[in-house]
Amino acid sequence: MFAIRNIGTKTFRLCRNLAQKNVANLSTSTDTINRSLYNFSDEEVQLKETVGRLAREKIESKVREMEQKGDVLPEIRQLMFDNGLMGIEIPGKYGGTESSFFSSILVVEELGKVDGSISVMCDIQNTLINTLLMQLGSDYLKDKYLPRLATDMIGSFCLSESSSGSDAFAMRTSASKNGDYYTINGNKLWISNSKHAGVFFVMANVNPSLGYKGITCFVVDRDTPGLTIGKNEDKLGLLASSTCAVHFDDVKVHEKNILGKIGQGYKYAISILNEGRIGIGAQMIGLAQGCFDKTIAYTRERQQFGQRIFDFQGMQHQISHVATQLEAARLLVYNAARLKEAGKPFIKEAAMAKYFASEVACQTTSKCIDWMGGVGYTKDYPIEKYYRDCKVGTIYEGTSNIQLNTIAKLIDAEFK
Amino acid sequence: MSLRILVGCKRAIDYAVKIQVKSDLSGVVTEGVKHALNPFDEIAMEEAVRLKEKKLANEVIAVSCGPAQSQDVLRTALALGADKAVHVEVPAKEYETLQPIHVSKILAKLAEQEKVDLIILGKQAIDDDCNQTGQMTAAVLNWPQATFASKLQLKDKEATCEREIDGGLETISIKLPAVVTADLRLNTPRYATLPNIMKAKKKPLKKFSPKDLGVDITPRQEIVKVCEPPKRQGGGKVASTEELVERIKKLGVN
Repeated sequence: MFAIRNIGTKTFRLCRNLAQKNVANLSTSTDTINRSLYNFSDEEVQLKETVGRLAREKIESKVREMEQKGDVLPEIRQLMFDNGLMGIEIPGKYGGTESSFFSSILVVEELGKVDGSISVMCDIQNTLINTLLMQLGSDYLKDKYLPRLATDMIGSFCLSESSSGSDAFAMRTSASKNGDYYTINGNKLWISNSKHAGVFFVMANVNPSLGYKGITCFVVDRDTPGLTIGKNEDKLGLLASSTCAVHFDDVKVHEKNILGKIGQGYKYAISILNEGRIGIGAQMIGLAQGCFDKTIAYTRERQQFGQRIFDFQGMQHQISHVATQLEAARLLVYNAARLKEAGKPFIKEAAMAKYFASEVACQTTSKCIDWMGGVGYTKDYPIEKYYRDCKVGTIYEGTSNIQLNTIAKLIDAEFK
Repeated sequence: MSLRILVGCKRAIDYAVKIQVKSDLSGVVTEGVKHALNPFDEIAMEEAVRLKEKKLANEVIAVSCGPAQSQDVLRTALALGADKAVHVEVPAKEYETLQPIHVSKILAKLAEQEKVDLIILGKQAIDDDCNQTGQMTAAVLNWPQATFASKLQLKDKEATCEREIDGGLETISIKLPAVVTADLRLNTPRYATLPNIMKAKKKPLKKFSPKDLGVDITPRQEIVKVCEPPKRQGGGKVASTEELVERIKKLGVN
């Protein structure tokens, strides 16, 4: 009887070796001119390797426990902050890592290889919360919150409601002006990171008669009276990532806590989500790759009919097809990230990256379960978790259909 | 007491890599293979940084001898907390025959140049397992040495060191300046935090050649053959404990 249990540790070692080999070829120390999308600066290589190591050595062993508890362990949250993963683009003077957007993408991808919940926690903080604050925050808001976000405070982005998901601008949360205060009333739903967030970036409408042009972004502290965190959704996957309702009952916020300008919230939401979806793309390719690596290692060990199952031509064709899709998804994500960094138009490419990466992640993890056979269907192996975790990728931060709409609009504009 | 510490950082094949011997039996495959800072050197770096944090040291200098890629481990060392790095560049071809005898002379010269009080090295590199550089460096400098250190305490100009030796643990006291080599249980190295990785690029990195330091790196040895260890033979099965004891006695083990 083949000792299936023993394959676990050996599989792990084998995919580590694979990961090592791939990263070895990325070092730029001896490269001449490498214009491929696998052209990383020395810092980017170091960041990627360090986070990969940290994730494998410190986080991976706790992943099942966190899923069972339905929460990220406090020591893992602390680890993320202590190692500078939660403030990747925040300048050093605020206690941040002072690195680039592409570095965030690499970090989110490396974390995704190990756990989707940790990856999304890191992604939301870096690509939505920190970026919004750095781009739009007054000096007061930046000085107050950036140091906290870099070192110990999680942020949440509150846009969706029960009756407004894709149709975000149909939101009903309102903010009425009273002197230099605004009173926020409403209920936000599907808010990631909310269980432990110390600050909430809340989209509320100051003047519903203006339609979406009244939407304004408020920075609200967790302990503001009237703000309550509701129940955590019982989800299919990403169980360690909290997804709660956030209720606002006469929550008073001073006007100096308005991010950017009144009535411009809709614009900020769209633009930040354009960038944020590259991050989701990174999470998805991380999830897919992590799942794929563990599965291939297994197929090279598992034997049936006197040979490795990897050696069956049917398997090889399926594996190569999936690997090609995954490679294409990664290149879309990296390219969108580099375009954004270069200040070039990137919205179409970002939408394509998120759409494609999430769809590929779903296909990849599904095939991986097939290739693993019976054990792929059990919770003893990590494969089925990847399958459940990545499903939300085609839904959150803009559903696949919305991405396709966006892409079509931009194609239309290209031909004007 | 504000010591200046020199830490040796060797770029060696990563410990998790499956080593492959070259088909011409001249060495192991290193091209395209993942390399990293030698794990014992990581422990040495950690000890040095901790001494700095305890305010017993005020400067940590990381040194690496090797080809251009050695700068990777120096950058890691800077990210872990070294203040500056020195790269003694040895071209790839000559690096193949670089031995501890050469490295120890290089380190000795640098220690004198930088007016160093303490040299901390890994006890050995995981590629050649020589376990010689620390001892030779101390001899060249005529400094005391504490090798296989599992505990290091500094007070005034003296170091008390607990060593892991074959018989158990030995505690010795040595006067600085001295050479210490780090063993596995000296400490648990930290991860380089992302902010420190970014800050490392601003730290100074100097380059020398062995000639600049007056060290001759002409090879003293010739590698005749490198081959895999013999394949492990399966064991045998015995029917009872008595038979097992008989077999063991026959092999000459008491």
